[in-house]
Amino acid sequence: MQIYLPIAEISLNVFLLLGMGGGVGFLSGLFGVGGGFLMTPLLIFAGVSPAVAVASEANQVVAASVSGVLAHTRRGNVDFKMGGVLLMGGLVGSGFGVWLYSILRAMGQLDLVISLSYVLFLGTIGTLMLIESVRASLRRRNPSAPRRKLHQHTWFHGLPFKVRFRKSKLYISILLPLGIGFFVGILSAIMGVGGGFVMVPAMIYLLGMPTMMVVGTSLFQIIFVTANVTFLQAVNNQTVDVMLALTLLAGGVVGAQFGSRFAGRLPAEHLRALLALVVLAVGVKMILGLVIEPTDLFSLDVGAAL
Amino acid sequence: MKARLFIIGVLFLGALFATVPRAVLAQGLVADLSRHEVNITTGFVGTDVLLFGAVETEGDVIVVVRGPNKRTVVRHKSRVGGIWINDSEVSFANAPTFYRVASSRPVADLLKRADRTRHRIGLNNLRLRPERASDPKRLASFRAGLIRNKVRSGVYGEKPGRVALLGPHLFRSTLHFPANVPTGTYLVEVYLVRNGSVISAQTTPLRVAKAGLGAEIYQFAHRNSALYGIIAILIALLAGWLAGVVFRKV
Repeated sequence: MQIYLPIAEISLNVFLLLGMGGGVGFLSGLFGVGGGFLMTPLLIFAGVSPAVAVASEANQVVAASVSGVLAHTRRGNVDFKMGGVLLMGGLVGSGFGVWLYSILRAMGQLDLVISLSYVLFLGTIGTLMLIESVRASLRRRNPSAPRRKLHQHTWFHGLPFKVRFRKSKLYISILLPLGIGFFVGILSAIMGVGGGFVMVPAMIYLLGMPTMMVVGTSLFQIIFVTANVTFLQAVNNQTVDVMLALTLLAGGVVGAQFGSRFAGRLPAEHLRALLALVVLAVGVKMILGLVIEPTDLFSLDVGAAL
Repeated sequence: MKARLFIIGVLFLGALFATVPRAVLAQGLVADLSRHEVNITTGFVGTDVLLFGAVETEGDVIVVVRGPNKRTVVRHKSRVGGIWINDSEVSFANAPTFYRVASSRPVADLLKRADRTRHRIGLNNLRLRPERASDPKRLASFRAGLIRNKVRSGVYGEKPGRVALLGPHLFRSTLHFPANVPTGTYLVEVYLVRNGSVISAQTTPLRVAKAGLGAEIYQFAHRNSALYGIIAILIALLAGWLAGVVFRKV
Protein backbone atom coordinates (compact mmCIF):
# COMPACT_ATOMS: atom_id res chain seq x y z
CA MET A 1 0.00 0.00 0.00
CA GLN A 2 1.50 3.31 -1.10
CA ILE A 3 1.21 6.53 0.84
CA TYR A 4 1.80 9.92 -0.79
CA LEU A 5 3.97 12.17 1.36
CA PRO A 6 2.79 15.70 0.64
CA ILE A 7 6.00 17.57 1.52
CA ALA A 8 8.51 14.98 0.32
CA GLU A 9 6.34 14.77 -2.83
CA ILE A 10 6.88 11.06 -3.38
CA SER A 11 4.85 7.92 -2.76
CA LEU A 12 6.39 5.31 -0.50
CA ASN A 13 5.14 1.97 0.70
CA VAL A 14 3.45 2.36 4.07
CA PHE A 15 4.82 -0.97 5.29
CA LEU A 16 8.34 0.02 4.29
CA LEU A 17 8.04 3.17 6.41
CA LEU A 18 6.47 1.30 9.33
CA GLY A 19 9.18 -1.34 9.03
CA MET A 20 11.93 1.28 9.02
CA GLY A 21 10.32 2.96 12.02
CA GLY A 22 9.97 -0.40 13.77
CA GLY A 23 13.52 -1.53 13.03
CA VAL A 24 15.14 1.71 14.11
CA GLY A 25 12.74 1.87 17.08
CA PHE A 26 13.84 -1.62 18.10
CA LEU A 27 17.49 -0.57 18.04
CA SER A 28 16.76 2.65 19.91
CA GLY A 29 14.85 0.74 22.59
CA LEU A 30 17.66 -1.82 22.74
CA PHE A 31 20.49 0.69 23.03
CA GLY A 32 18.70 3.69 24.52
CA VAL A 33 19.57 6.01 21.63
CA GLY A 34 17.27 8.23 19.57
CA GLY A 35 17.99 6.43 16.33
CA GLY A 36 18.00 9.59 14.22
CA PHE A 37 21.50 8.78 13.00
CA LEU A 38 20.12 5.56 11.47
CA MET A 39 16.77 6.86 10.27
CA THR A 40 17.96 9.91 8.33
CA PRO A 41 20.37 7.88 6.12
CA LEU A 42 17.67 5.21 5.65
CA LEU A 43 15.16 7.83 4.49
CA ILE A 44 17.65 9.30 2.05
CA PHE A 45 18.35 5.78 0.81
CA ALA A 46 14.58 5.22 0.33
CA GLY A 47 14.41 8.24 -1.97
CA VAL A 48 13.38 11.07 0.35
CA SER A 49 15.41 14.21 -0.36
CA PRO A 50 18.03 14.93 2.34
CA ALA A 51 16.36 18.26 3.11
CA VAL A 52 13.00 16.62 3.94
CA ALA A 53 14.61 13.62 5.65
CA VAL A 54 16.61 15.77 8.07
CA ALA A 55 13.72 18.10 8.95
CA SER A 56 11.04 15.39 9.30
CA GLU A 57 13.33 13.16 11.32
CA ALA A 58 13.84 16.03 13.79
CA ASN A 59 10.06 16.10 14.18
CA GLN A 60 9.96 12.36 14.81
CA VAL A 61 12.72 12.57 17.41
CA VAL A 62 10.58 15.07 19.37
CA ALA A 63 7.94 12.40 19.83
CA ALA A 64 10.38 9.57 20.53
CA SER A 65 12.17 11.64 23.19
CA VAL A 66 8.94 12.57 24.96
CA SER A 67 8.02 8.95 25.62
CA GLY A 68 11.60 8.27 26.74
CA VAL A 69 11.71 11.23 29.12
CA LEU A 70 8.39 10.21 30.71
CA ALA A 71 9.89 6.86 31.66
CA HIS A 72 13.10 8.44 33.02
CA THR A 73 11.27 11.17 34.98
CA ARG A 74 9.26 8.52 36.78
CA ARG A 75 12.53 6.97 37.92
CA GLY A 76 13.89 10.41 38.92
CA ASN A 77 16.73 10.17 36.39
CA VAL A 78 16.44 13.67 34.89
CA ASP A 79 18.61 16.59 36.06
CA PHE A 80 16.38 19.46 34.96
CA LYS A 81 18.89 22.16 35.87
CA MET A 82 21.65 20.60 33.81
CA GLY A 83 19.11 19.86 31.06
CA GLY A 84 18.06 23.52 31.09
CA VAL A 85 21.64 24.77 30.67
CA LEU A 86 22.40 22.29 27.87
CA LEU A 87 19.13 23.38 26.31
CA MET A 88 20.07 27.08 26.29
CA GLY A 89 23.21 26.20 24.38
CA GLY A 90 21.23 23.81 22.20
CA LEU A 91 18.62 26.37 21.15
CA VAL A 92 21.26 28.87 20.01
CA GLY A 93 23.24 26.07 18.34
CA SER A 94 20.27 24.64 16.47
CA GLY A 95 19.25 28.12 15.30
CA PHE A 96 22.77 28.62 13.98
CA GLY A 97 22.67 25.13 12.44
CA VAL A 98 19.42 25.77 10.51
CA TRP A 99 20.91 29.00 9.17
CA LEU A 100 24.06 27.14 8.11
CA TYR A 101 21.84 24.46 6.55
CA SER A 102 20.05 26.98 4.28
CA ILE A 103 23.35 28.45 3.13
CA LEU A 104 24.90 25.07 2.40
CA ARG A 105 21.78 24.03 0.51
CA ALA A 106 21.95 27.11 -1.71
CA MET A 107 25.64 26.40 -2.33
CA GLY A 108 24.89 22.82 -3.36
CA GLN A 109 27.17 21.42 -0.66
CA LEU A 110 24.51 20.30 1.84
CA ASP A 111 24.63 16.59 0.95
CA LEU A 112 28.40 16.60 1.20
CA VAL A 113 28.41 18.26 4.64
CA ILE A 114 25.70 15.88 5.90
CA SER A 115 27.70 12.85 4.70
CA LEU A 116 30.99 14.18 6.06
CA SER A 117 29.42 14.93 9.44
CA TYR A 118 28.08 11.38 9.59
CA VAL A 119 31.41 9.87 8.65
CA LEU A 120 33.31 12.00 11.14
CA PHE A 121 31.02 11.55 14.14
CA LEU A 122 29.84 8.01 13.59
CA GLY A 123 33.38 6.89 12.80
CA THR A 124 34.90 8.52 15.88
CA ILE A 125 32.17 7.57 18.32
CA GLY A 126 31.75 4.06 16.95
CA THR A 127 35.46 3.39 17.27
CA LEU A 128 35.69 4.84 20.79
CA MET A 129 32.66 2.86 21.93
CA LEU A 130 33.98 -0.36 20.45
CA ILE A 131 37.35 0.07 22.20
CA GLU A 132 35.65 0.98 25.47
CA SER A 133 33.25 -1.97 25.42
CA VAL A 134 35.97 -4.47 24.52
CA ARG A 135 38.03 -3.12 27.44
CA ALA A 136 35.05 -3.36 29.77
CA SER A 137 34.49 -6.94 28.64
CA LEU A 138 38.12 -7.82 29.35
CA ARG A 139 37.96 -6.11 32.74
CA ARG A 140 34.97 -8.18 33.69
CA ARG A 141 36.92 -11.34 33.00
CA ASN A 142 39.94 -9.98 34.84
CA PRO A 143 38.62 -7.99 37.82
CA SER A 144 42.11 -7.36 39.27
CA ALA A 145 42.99 -4.91 36.43
CA PRO A 146 43.24 -1.28 37.60
CA ARG A 147 40.02 0.72 37.40
CA ARG A 148 39.66 4.09 35.77
CA LYS A 149 39.57 7.08 38.09
CA LEU A 150 35.99 8.15 38.81
CA HIS A 151 36.64 11.83 38.40
CA GLN A 152 39.53 13.29 36.47
CA HIS A 153 40.47 16.94 36.63
CA THR A 154 41.28 18.64 33.35
CA TRP A 155 41.60 22.23 32.14
CA PHE A 156 37.77 22.32 31.86
CA HIS A 157 37.62 22.64 35.60
CA GLY A 158 39.59 25.89 35.51
CA LEU A 159 36.88 27.71 33.53
CA PRO A 160 35.01 30.58 35.27
CA PHE A 161 31.25 30.92 36.11
CA LYS A 162 31.02 27.80 38.23
CA VAL A 163 27.56 26.53 39.09
CA ARG A 164 26.43 23.74 41.38
CA PHE A 165 24.28 20.96 39.88
CA ARG A 166 22.95 19.16 42.95
CA LYS A 167 21.24 16.27 41.23
CA SER A 168 24.32 15.36 39.22
CA LYS A 169 26.62 16.13 42.19
CA LEU A 170 28.74 18.47 40.08
CA TYR A 171 30.31 21.90 40.60
CA ILE A 172 31.51 22.98 37.16
CA SER A 173 31.69 26.01 34.88
CA ILE A 174 28.40 26.75 33.16
CA LEU A 175 30.37 27.41 29.94
CA LEU A 176 31.06 23.70 29.53
CA PRO A 177 27.42 22.44 29.27
CA LEU A 178 26.51 25.59 27.29
CA GLY A 179 29.25 24.83 24.78
CA ILE A 180 28.33 21.16 24.49
CA GLY A 181 24.67 22.09 24.03
CA PHE A 182 25.56 24.62 21.32
CA PHE A 183 27.73 22.14 19.44
CA VAL A 184 25.18 19.31 19.58
CA GLY A 185 22.46 21.81 18.52
CA ILE A 186 24.35 22.50 15.29
CA LEU A 187 24.72 18.78 14.61
CA SER A 188 21.04 18.28 15.34
CA ALA A 189 20.02 20.78 12.66
CA ILE A 190 22.45 19.60 9.99
CA MET A 191 22.33 15.85 10.55
CA GLY A 192 18.65 15.49 11.51
CA VAL A 193 19.50 13.71 14.72
CA GLY A 194 18.69 14.26 18.37
CA GLY A 195 22.40 14.20 19.01
CA GLY A 196 22.18 11.73 21.88
CA PHE A 197 25.08 9.74 20.48
CA VAL A 198 27.33 12.81 20.88
CA MET A 199 25.61 14.25 23.95
CA VAL A 200 25.71 11.09 26.06
CA PRO A 201 29.48 10.47 25.78
CA ALA A 202 30.11 14.22 26.24
CA MET A 203 28.06 14.24 29.45
CA ILE A 204 29.82 11.19 30.82
CA TYR A 205 33.39 11.93 29.82
CA LEU A 206 33.51 15.76 29.66
CA LEU A 207 31.00 16.78 32.33
CA GLY A 208 31.52 13.72 34.52
CA MET A 209 27.79 13.28 35.15
CA PRO A 210 26.56 10.09 36.84
CA THR A 211 25.69 7.59 34.07
CA MET A 212 22.25 7.03 35.58
CA MET A 213 21.30 10.69 35.00
CA VAL A 214 22.76 10.98 31.52
CA VAL A 215 20.18 9.38 29.23
CA GLY A 216 17.10 11.00 30.80
CA THR A 217 18.71 14.45 30.94
CA SER A 218 19.97 14.13 27.37
CA LEU A 219 16.49 13.12 26.16
CA PHE A 220 14.92 16.00 28.09
CA GLN A 221 16.94 18.65 26.30
CA ILE A 222 16.70 16.81 22.96
CA ILE A 223 12.90 17.32 23.01
CA PHE A 224 13.33 21.06 22.97
CA VAL A 225 16.27 21.23 20.61
CA THR A 226 14.56 19.02 18.00
CA ALA A 227 11.30 20.97 18.50
CA ASN A 228 13.30 24.12 17.74
CA VAL A 229 14.83 22.48 14.65
CA THR A 230 11.36 21.36 13.51
CA PHE A 231 9.99 24.88 13.89
CA LEU A 232 12.91 26.62 12.17
CA GLN A 233 13.00 24.09 9.31
CA ALA A 234 9.23 24.49 8.84
CA VAL A 235 9.54 28.27 8.67
CA ASN A 236 12.76 28.60 6.64
CA ASN A 237 12.68 25.60 4.32
CA GLN A 238 9.11 24.13 4.49
CA THR A 239 10.66 20.68 4.61
CA VAL A 240 8.89 19.10 7.61
CA ASP A 241 6.65 16.25 6.43
CA VAL A 242 4.18 15.52 9.24
CA MET A 243 2.79 12.50 7.42
CA LEU A 244 6.26 10.97 7.14
CA ALA A 245 7.14 11.71 10.77
CA LEU A 246 3.88 10.22 12.06
CA THR A 247 4.19 7.03 9.99
CA LEU A 248 7.75 6.45 11.19
CA LEU A 249 6.66 7.19 14.73
CA ALA A 250 3.87 4.62 14.64
CA GLY A 251 6.38 1.91 13.74
CA GLY A 252 8.97 3.37 16.09
CA VAL A 253 7.02 3.23 19.35
CA VAL A 254 6.15 -0.43 18.85
CA GLY A 255 9.73 -1.33 17.88
CA ALA A 256 11.14 0.55 20.87
CA GLN A 257 9.02 -1.49 23.29
CA PHE A 258 10.31 -4.77 21.89
CA GLY A 259 13.83 -3.39 21.88
CA SER A 260 13.80 -2.30 25.51
CA ARG A 261 12.45 -5.69 26.59
CA PHE A 262 15.12 -7.46 24.61
CA ALA A 263 17.80 -5.20 26.10
CA GLY A 264 17.44 -6.77 29.57
CA ARG A 265 18.67 -10.11 28.26
CA LEU A 266 22.07 -8.92 27.06
CA PRO A 267 25.05 -7.74 29.15
CA ALA A 268 25.67 -3.99 28.91
CA GLU A 269 29.15 -4.35 27.34
CA HIS A 270 27.78 -6.58 24.59
CA LEU A 271 25.00 -4.06 23.95
CA ARG A 272 27.51 -1.24 23.63
CA ALA A 273 29.76 -3.30 21.36
CA LEU A 274 26.76 -4.11 19.15
CA LEU A 275 25.72 -0.46 19.01
CA ALA A 276 29.30 0.48 18.16
CA LEU A 277 29.21 -1.95 15.24
CA VAL A 278 25.89 -0.54 13.99
CA VAL A 279 27.26 3.01 14.25
CA LEU A 280 30.43 2.03 12.40
CA ALA A 281 28.42 0.25 9.69
CA VAL A 282 26.44 3.42 8.96
CA GLY A 283 29.69 5.39 8.95
CA VAL A 284 31.29 2.98 6.47
CA LYS A 285 28.19 3.11 4.26
CA MET A 286 28.51 6.90 4.20
CA ILE A 287 32.22 6.73 3.37
CA LEU A 288 31.49 4.40 0.46
CA GLY A 289 28.87 6.87 -0.80
CA LEU A 290 31.52 9.58 -0.85
CA VAL A 291 34.37 7.54 -2.27
CA ILE A 292 32.72 5.33 -4.90
CA GLU A 293 32.28 7.02 -8.25
CA PRO A 294 28.57 7.95 -8.62
CA THR A 295 26.71 6.34 -11.52
CA ASP A 296 25.93 9.81 -12.84
CA LEU A 297 28.29 12.69 -12.19
CA PHE A 298 25.42 15.11 -12.77
CA SER A 299 22.61 15.62 -10.28
CA LEU A 300 19.57 17.88 -10.17
CA ASP A 301 18.28 20.37 -7.63
CA VAL A 302 14.83 21.59 -8.58
CA GLY A 303 13.90 23.28 -5.32
CA ALA A 304 17.10 25.32 -5.02
CA ALA A 305 16.66 28.91 -3.99
CA LEU A 306 18.18 31.72 -6.04
CA MET B 1 -17.77 4.74 -46.44
CA LYS B 2 -15.06 6.96 -45.04
CA ALA B 3 -17.55 9.68 -44.35
CA ARG B 4 -19.82 7.24 -42.50
CA LEU B 5 -16.99 5.97 -40.36
CA PHE B 6 -16.06 9.52 -39.59
CA ILE B 7 -19.59 10.25 -38.47
CA ILE B 8 -19.61 7.17 -36.26
CA GLY B 9 -16.30 8.33 -34.83
CA VAL B 10 -17.74 11.73 -34.21
CA LEU B 11 -20.73 10.21 -32.44
CA PHE B 12 -18.37 8.05 -30.43
CA LEU B 13 -16.68 11.18 -29.25
CA GLY B 14 -20.07 12.78 -28.67
CA ALA B 15 -19.35 14.73 -25.52
CA LEU B 16 -16.28 16.19 -27.09
CA PHE B 17 -18.15 18.27 -29.62
CA ALA B 18 -19.99 20.27 -27.06
CA THR B 19 -16.69 21.75 -25.93
CA VAL B 20 -14.55 21.95 -29.05
CA PRO B 21 -15.02 24.98 -31.26
CA ARG B 22 -15.80 24.43 -34.92
CA ALA B 23 -12.56 26.12 -35.99
CA VAL B 24 -10.56 23.23 -34.64
CA LEU B 25 -12.50 20.70 -36.65
CA ALA B 26 -11.90 22.74 -39.75
CA GLN B 27 -8.19 21.97 -39.33
CA GLY B 28 -8.99 18.30 -39.61
CA LEU B 29 -7.95 17.24 -36.11
CA VAL B 30 -9.84 16.93 -32.88
CA ALA B 31 -8.62 15.33 -29.66
CA ASP B 32 -9.49 15.27 -26.02
CA LEU B 33 -8.51 13.58 -22.76
CA SER B 34 -10.65 11.22 -20.71
CA ARG B 35 -10.20 13.78 -17.93
CA HIS B 36 -8.51 17.13 -17.56
CA GLU B 37 -7.39 16.73 -14.00
CA VAL B 38 -5.03 14.33 -12.30
CA ASN B 39 -5.51 14.38 -8.55
CA ILE B 40 -2.65 13.30 -6.36
CA THR B 41 -4.38 11.86 -3.33
CA THR B 42 -2.87 10.08 -0.33
CA GLY B 43 -2.93 6.68 -2.03
CA PHE B 44 -1.65 7.96 -5.41
CA VAL B 45 0.54 5.45 -7.26
CA GLY B 46 0.50 7.02 -10.70
CA THR B 47 -2.32 7.02 -13.20
CA ASP B 48 -3.26 6.71 -16.87
CA VAL B 49 -5.17 9.31 -18.83
CA LEU B 50 -6.76 8.28 -22.11
CA LEU B 51 -6.19 10.56 -25.08
CA PHE B 52 -8.53 10.04 -27.98
CA GLY B 53 -9.45 11.89 -31.11
CA ALA B 54 -10.34 11.91 -34.77
CA VAL B 55 -8.65 13.14 -37.91
CA GLU B 56 -10.41 14.16 -41.07
CA THR B 57 -7.75 12.92 -43.44
CA GLU B 58 -5.46 9.95 -43.06
CA GLY B 59 -2.11 10.64 -41.42
CA ASP B 60 0.13 9.92 -38.48
CA VAL B 61 -0.31 11.33 -35.02
CA ILE B 62 2.36 12.57 -32.59
CA VAL B 63 1.45 13.38 -29.00
CA VAL B 64 3.70 15.49 -26.75
CA VAL B 65 2.99 15.90 -23.04
CA ARG B 66 4.77 18.83 -21.41
CA GLY B 67 4.81 19.66 -17.70
CA PRO B 68 5.20 23.24 -16.48
CA ASN B 69 8.67 24.76 -16.84
CA LYS B 70 10.78 25.23 -13.76
CA ARG B 71 14.19 26.59 -12.91
CA THR B 72 16.46 23.58 -12.49
CA VAL B 73 20.01 23.50 -11.19
CA VAL B 74 22.32 20.80 -12.57
CA ARG B 75 25.42 20.05 -10.53
CA HIS B 76 28.52 18.19 -11.58
CA LYS B 77 30.67 16.10 -9.25
CA SER B 78 34.37 15.53 -9.51
CA ARG B 79 36.91 13.81 -7.34
CA VAL B 80 38.67 16.04 -4.82
CA GLY B 81 41.06 14.37 -2.40
CA GLY B 82 39.45 10.96 -2.88
CA ILE B 83 35.82 11.99 -2.41
CA TRP B 84 33.21 13.11 -4.91
CA ILE B 85 32.22 16.75 -4.50
CA ASN B 86 29.88 19.05 -6.44
CA ASP B 87 32.32 21.37 -8.16
CA SER B 88 30.31 23.26 -10.74
CA GLU B 89 26.71 23.96 -11.65
CA VAL B 90 24.54 25.28 -14.48
CA SER B 91 21.03 26.64 -13.91
CA PHE B 92 18.45 26.18 -16.62
CA ALA B 93 15.67 28.74 -16.38
CA ASN B 94 12.96 26.75 -18.10
CA ALA B 95 13.38 22.99 -17.92
CA PRO B 96 10.05 21.17 -18.33
CA THR B 97 9.22 19.22 -15.18
CA PHE B 98 7.66 16.47 -17.30
CA TYR B 99 8.12 15.50 -20.92
CA ARG B 100 6.88 12.57 -22.93
CA VAL B 101 6.30 11.78 -26.59
CA ALA B 102 4.03 9.17 -28.15
CA SER B 103 3.48 8.54 -31.85
CA SER B 104 1.84 6.16 -34.28
CA ARG B 105 5.17 5.52 -35.99
CA PRO B 106 8.77 6.41 -34.97
CA VAL B 107 9.00 10.21 -34.99
CA ALA B 108 12.24 10.15 -36.97
CA ASP B 109 10.36 8.47 -39.84
CA LEU B 110 7.56 11.02 -39.74
CA LEU B 111 9.26 14.40 -39.47
CA LYS B 112 12.44 16.00 -40.71
CA ARG B 113 14.97 17.15 -38.14
CA ALA B 114 14.15 20.82 -38.74
CA ASP B 115 10.46 20.22 -38.02
CA ARG B 116 11.21 18.23 -34.92
CA THR B 117 13.38 21.08 -33.69
CA ARG B 118 10.76 23.69 -34.51
CA HIS B 119 8.00 21.83 -32.65
CA ARG B 120 10.39 20.72 -29.89
CA ILE B 121 9.54 17.07 -30.38
CA GLY B 122 11.96 14.61 -28.82
CA LEU B 123 14.35 14.90 -25.87
CA ASN B 124 17.13 16.22 -28.10
CA ASN B 125 14.95 19.11 -29.19
CA LEU B 126 13.96 20.50 -25.79
CA ARG B 127 14.79 24.17 -25.55
CA LEU B 128 16.70 24.48 -22.29
CA ARG B 129 17.88 28.04 -21.68
CA PRO B 130 20.89 28.36 -19.38
CA GLU B 131 20.76 31.39 -17.09
CA ARG B 132 24.35 32.30 -17.82
CA ALA B 133 26.20 31.86 -21.09
CA SER B 134 29.02 29.36 -21.05
CA ASP B 135 31.15 27.18 -23.24
CA PRO B 136 28.73 25.31 -25.59
CA LYS B 137 30.47 21.99 -24.99
CA ARG B 138 30.12 22.37 -21.23
CA LEU B 139 26.46 23.41 -21.57
CA ALA B 140 25.77 20.38 -23.75
CA SER B 141 27.15 17.99 -21.13
CA PHE B 142 25.07 19.63 -18.37
CA ARG B 143 22.03 19.50 -20.62
CA ALA B 144 22.58 15.81 -21.24
CA GLY B 145 23.03 15.32 -17.50
CA LEU B 146 19.69 17.00 -16.80
CA ILE B 147 17.86 14.83 -19.33
CA ARG B 148 19.54 11.65 -18.07
CA ASN B 149 18.49 12.40 -14.48
CA LYS B 150 14.92 13.18 -15.52
CA VAL B 151 14.69 9.98 -17.56
CA ARG B 152 15.99 7.98 -14.63
CA SER B 153 13.38 9.41 -12.27
CA GLY B 154 10.69 8.64 -14.84
CA VAL B 155 9.46 12.15 -15.60
CA TYR B 156 11.02 12.28 -19.06
CA GLY B 157 10.16 9.52 -21.50
CA GLU B 158 13.17 8.02 -23.19
CA LYS B 159 11.22 5.69 -25.44
CA PRO B 160 8.27 7.14 -27.31
CA GLY B 161 4.87 5.75 -26.34
CA ARG B 162 2.34 4.34 -28.75
CA VAL B 163 -0.51 6.10 -30.46
CA ALA B 164 -2.92 3.50 -31.82
CA LEU B 165 -4.68 4.34 -35.07
CA LEU B 166 -8.15 2.80 -35.10
CA GLY B 167 -9.02 2.78 -38.75
CA PRO B 168 -8.21 5.77 -40.89
CA HIS B 169 -9.86 8.43 -38.71
CA LEU B 170 -9.72 7.56 -35.05
CA PHE B 171 -6.76 7.36 -32.73
CA ARG B 172 -6.12 6.77 -29.07
CA SER B 173 -3.18 6.70 -26.71
CA THR B 174 -2.72 6.01 -23.04
CA LEU B 175 -0.72 8.71 -21.28
CA HIS B 176 0.98 7.42 -18.17
CA PHE B 177 1.77 9.66 -15.22
CA PRO B 178 4.05 8.05 -12.60
CA ALA B 179 3.70 8.42 -8.82
CA ASN B 180 6.29 11.20 -8.72
CA VAL B 181 4.51 13.31 -11.37
CA PRO B 182 5.22 17.02 -10.74
CA THR B 183 2.23 19.28 -10.14
CA GLY B 184 1.09 22.14 -12.34
CA THR B 185 -0.65 22.82 -15.62
CA TYR B 186 0.40 20.46 -18.39
CA LEU B 187 -0.06 20.88 -22.13
CA VAL B 188 -0.91 17.89 -24.25
CA GLU B 189 0.00 18.70 -27.86
CA VAL B 190 -1.40 16.57 -30.67
CA TYR B 191 0.16 16.85 -34.14
CA LEU B 192 -1.31 15.45 -37.33
CA VAL B 193 1.51 14.61 -39.72
CA ARG B 194 1.30 13.75 -43.39
CA ASN B 195 4.02 13.47 -46.05
CA GLY B 196 6.71 14.61 -43.64
CA SER B 197 5.06 17.78 -42.42
CA VAL B 198 2.71 18.88 -39.68
CA ILE B 199 -0.63 19.71 -41.24
CA SER B 200 -2.60 20.31 -38.07
CA ALA B 201 -2.06 20.64 -34.35
CA GLN B 202 -4.14 20.96 -31.23
CA THR B 203 -3.26 21.67 -27.60
CA THR B 204 -5.27 20.48 -24.60
CA PRO B 205 -4.50 21.49 -21.02
CA LEU B 206 -4.27 19.01 -18.17
CA ARG B 207 -4.05 20.00 -14.54
CA VAL B 208 -2.01 17.88 -12.12
CA ALA B 209 -2.70 18.86 -8.55
CA LYS B 210 -2.45 17.51 -5.06
CA ALA B 211 -5.87 16.74 -3.66
CA GLY B 212 -7.43 15.85 -0.35
CA LEU B 213 -5.46 15.77 2.89
CA GLY B 214 -2.07 15.91 1.17
CA ALA B 215 -2.97 19.10 -0.68
CA GLU B 216 -4.19 20.75 2.51
CA ILE B 217 -1.04 19.79 4.40
CA TYR B 218 1.16 21.10 1.60
CA GLN B 219 -0.67 24.40 1.29
CA PHE B 220 -0.77 24.87 5.03
CA ALA B 221 2.98 24.18 5.29
CA HIS B 222 3.71 26.84 2.69
CA ARG B 223 1.17 29.49 3.63
CA ASN B 224 1.30 29.35 7.42
CA SER B 225 4.71 27.81 7.90
CA ALA B 226 5.17 29.05 11.49
CA LEU B 227 1.81 27.68 12.59
CA TYR B 228 2.54 24.46 10.69
CA GLY B 229 5.80 24.09 12.60
CA ILE B 230 4.06 24.60 15.93
CA ILE B 231 1.33 22.11 15.08
CA ALA B 232 3.93 19.56 13.90
CA ILE B 233 5.64 19.88 17.30
CA LEU B 234 2.36 19.61 19.22
CA ILE B 235 1.37 16.49 17.27
CA ALA B 236 4.76 14.95 18.03
CA LEU B 237 4.52 15.84 21.74
CA LEU B 238 1.03 14.37 21.94
CA ALA B 239 2.00 11.22 20.03
CA GLY B 240 5.07 10.71 22.21
CA TRP B 241 3.09 11.21 25.41
CA LEU B 242 0.37 8.86 24.19
CA ALA B 243 2.91 6.17 23.28
CA GLY B 244 4.50 6.52 26.71
CA VAL B 245 1.17 6.19 28.51
CA VAL B 246 -0.15 3.32 26.39
CA PHE B 247 2.96 1.19 26.73
CA ARG B 248 3.37 1.77 30.45
CA LYS B 249 0.19 -0.19 31.02
CA VAL B 250 1.02 -3.02 28.64
